[in-house]
Amino acid sequence: MVLSPYRMALSAPGVLFTALGLGALLLPYMTIAANRIVAGDGVMAWQVAAPGATWPAVAVIVTGLLMGLPASMPRLRLGGAVLGIPGLIALLIQGAPALLEGAGEYARVSPGIGFWCLLAVFMLLLADALAGIAPGPLARGGMLAAALAGLAAILWSGALSDLSVLQEFSSRRDAFVSAAWRHLGLAFGSLTAAAVIGFPLGVLCHRRAQLRGATLPVLSFLQTIPSLAMFGLMIPVLAWVGTAIPGAQAIGIAGIGFAPAFLALVLYSLLPVVGNTVAGLAATPVAALEAARGMGMTPRQRLWRVELPLGLPIILTGLRIVLVQNIGLAVIAGLIGGGGFGTFVFQGLNQTATDLILLGALPTVALALTAAIAMDIFVELARVIPDTGHD
Amino acid sequence: MIEIDRLTKTYGATKAVDSVSMTVEAGTITAIVGTSGSGKTTLLRMVNRLEEPSAGEVRINGTSTLTVKPHILRRRIGYAIQGHGLFPHHTVARNIAAVPELLQWPRDRIRARVDELLDLFSMDPAQFRDRYPSDLSGGQQQRVGVARALASRPDLLLMDEPFGALDPIIRARAQDDLRRIQQKLGSTIMLVTHDMEEAMRLGDKVAVMDAGRLVQYDTPARIITRPATDFVADMVGDVERPLRLLSLIPVSEIVADGPADGAALPAGASLRDALSACLWTGRSAVPVEQDGVQIGHVSLDAIRARVEFHP
Repeated sequence: MVLSPYRMALSAPGVLFTALGLGALLLPYMTIAANRIVAGDGVMAWQVAAPGATWPAVAVIVTGLLMGLPASMPRLRLGGAVLGIPGLIALLIQGAPALLEGAGEYARVSPGIGFWCLLAVFMLLLADALAGIAPGPLARGGMLAAALAGLAAILWSGALSDLSVLQEFSSRRDAFVSAAWRHLGLAFGSLTAAAVIGFPLGVLCHRRAQLRGATLPVLSFLQTIPSLAMFGLMIPVLAWVGTAIPGAQAIGIAGIGFAPAFLALVLYSLLPVVGNTVAGLAATPVAALEAARGMGMTPRQRLWRVELPLGLPIILTGLRIVLVQNIGLAVIAGLIGGGGFGTFVFQGLNQTATDLILLGALPTVALALTAAIAMDIFVELARVIPDTGHD
Repeated sequence: MIEIDRLTKTYGATKAVDSVSMTVEAGTITAIVGTSGSGKTTLLRMVNRLEEPSAGEVRINGTSTLTVKPHILRRRIGYAIQGHGLFPHHTVARNIAAVPELLQWPRDRIRARVDELLDLFSMDPAQFRDRYPSDLSGGQQQRVGVARALASRPDLLLMDEPFGALDPIIRARAQDDLRRIQQKLGSTIMLVTHDMEEAMRLGDKVAVMDAGRLVQYDTPARIITRPATDFVADMVGDVERPLRLLSLIPVSEIVADGPADGAALPAGASLRDALSACLWTGRSAVPVEQDGVQIGHVSLDAIRARVEFHP
């Protein structure tokens, strides 16, 4: 490619994002429906409120998309995403009350396909620009905190409370809070249990090739069981445990509810934990291990002083996979009475109430995304070998 | 003194090391040389019990190594390997401090010892103490590896092809450094190499291994002049023999009175250096000086006479 000094080089993904974003602007930005069950009618971005209110927001969104174009300016591209996402939200804030006005008591407004596509485009632009800037772990942590604080402030202020999904929330406030705690309990509890079981098992597998040969295929097999089937399989197993073992029911072990969901999540978590522990411990350079043995370190000293510090990033990566995976999988717990955000998803499916489904799905996605970013930061902080640029 | 007594290692039916006995005097370097598969590395690794002997034993200053737990034994024996084996996540100082830390030396003493060793290896402590191994050149990494092996003032230092990963120029310097430091510290070293040149250059004594057996254990000069078997003669190399021998003898040994023309050689130079100087500058003799004063000369005839008497 010939770079002309008179023309700015364009970022290839940026061109794609801008094209997709401009296309998405031509899709319905919001929908308005007569009630929470029926399908809504689409409204274009510039029609959701009075023109004096919509056109400046549309202009901001388009500007954000265009700022994503120049290849050599990642900070400008980041700025495009940081400008565009509030622009999207501002349009929702203006559109929701305007559309509801005079639409009837049961009318509902929701973000439409155009909003979701644009949000996805700006998120991609954000990720692409950040990859070009490569901020340090602490800077990334700060950005994550700022984004979460901004989101919390908008939700707290009530500016979006006219949206259908938040109306579903306001009528289920208590249920939402208990579902959130249950969801976190399922995801983090199963992560903890899997780490407590899987880490020592991984260390043993690292030491004994025979155990490794027997264990990893079994765990891989568990991983291949479809999640719905796995949760279903737990029902008869734990129902049997609940009735056969005295006292089991007293501590909450039964065929449905928290226990089978928790157990299924733990089983899914074992392969990433054990597999990454084995891989992490095996990543120690052979010569360093040989030197450690030759200088008189005991096997335990070799583990704690050499193998673990060097393998920690890989081991933490296993925990990251488990956490993100379990936040998503915990939704299925809703199907077997395990609680969590899945409760709303399955209620919404039964009632064909899309916004109730979203009330379960959106926090799950946000939680998984936050967990993934936070764990990536931990993995990077755990890297004990300095990156010096030498080879 | 290290006594290796009928040390044997068998894997199934094959004997990797076959009843090897030898005595290593304190304060000397013993080079164990052989082709790959000769059992030289296995022999070395049985000394610190990285391999357990199938039969026989090793005594260090009279005490059998079998009387202590292997990891306790290894903390008393330095161990340096090819490719240095430094811990990539520790600084140079922590790498060197590894064994003193295992021995729970006080912090001040460890710090002083680290700086002392860095000085000894011509690495400025202030500059290198807090660097990571990946910041160092290959030669520096290797020096830190040897410094680490010497950190606790071990009774014995075992080195397994310690210079194998270095390029020839850096290797020669590392060998000179090792000689200098060994003489300064009076360390006892057993070193494994496949390179006869290196064995001759470093070893007070050379042990030649072939197919698990110790075929000759002698001074470099006698290995050259009186090879015990054809295998040893092959290892030395027929063509190389006179030159190898010349490089072992200092000019001071055959210096004669009287002047000679041209640039002088120091008394510590080898006869190989003297021969080279004669041939290159077309002289039949070169003057020898010590501390800037001419003490005599070495002639081509004298050099020839010194190596010629081997029929």
